[in-house]
Amino acid sequence: MSLTARYLEENGIPTVVIGSALDIVTHCAVPRFVFTDLPLGNPLGIPGDKRMQTDVVDLALSVFESATQSRTVVKAPVRWSESEDWRTRYAEIRPEDRERLAAAGEARRVLRDSLKAAGKVRDS
Amino acid sequence: MSHSPTRYMDRTREFYAAQGFSKAYTWAHHDSAPFQKLRKPLADSTLTVITTAALYDRKATDTREVASGSLLQAPPRLYGNDVAWDKTVTHMDDPGSFFPYDPLQAAVASGRLGELTSRFHCVPTEYSQRRTLDSDAPEILRRCREDGADIALLVPL
Repeated sequence: MSLTARYLEENGIPTVVIGSALDIVTHCAVPRFVFTDLPLGNPLGIPGDKRMQTDVVDLALSVFESATQSRTVVKAPVRWSESEDWRTRYAEIRPEDRERLAAAGEARRVLRDSLKAAGKVRDS
Repeated sequence: MSHSPTRYMDRTREFYAAQGFSKAYTWAHHDSAPFQKLRKPLADSTLTVITTAALYDRKATDTREVASGSLLQAPPRLYGNDVAWDKTVTHMDDPGSFFPYDPLQAAVASGRLGELTSRFHCVPTEYSQRRTLDSDAPEILRRCREDGADIALLVPL
């Protein structure tokens, strides 16, 4: 998505990205970024929290007008919950998961090889 | 209390290493970014929306292509089961948590934003950056121009 933002901007269409993966988006470098420090999947706000979702979109609209240089990053004043436990849940690897993950990886490689052989994978 | 943002790249690298993938994914990296000033005030601008969600419940084995849906009414249910996000923590049952339809309609109604394009666009999250740059991004640009978009709001899951 960050590459698409860069491409549109290079071709004359100003962009704002709203997203929650600060490291990935800033690593790519985009023109304007509203960072919502929330779990991936709900970049505009907590499900059901219309106020938060509206505020985040309003902030993004204001960044179209206020940004004066590329790589503008604005952090939205949002918080997922009192608990910060969610931060360790993405791609969590518990000791008891390792055997299952290794097997899943092997199954994935087998599937990918078969799809490649059938010409069903877009080139990488 | 302040917390450091989640380090998604590190966590993803470790996850794929645990699955036995020897080569780590290389995320796109740039030291600078392009920048265009708005050509018109926001109140006179036509905005389009771009999402990484899909119009149907895509399977991991489905070919991913650029797609578009109508912005003339609230979009139909959108899907993201084949995309990486915090599935153990949250859900996509509330479209307002990832697709900005209602707030943008309100911004148009209040006069803060000019108007919305008739379509929004779904851009696939691709492993191949070349595929994104050579195929998907140009197709998104073509559709944006066809729809008269002045500005674009991109909301990855």
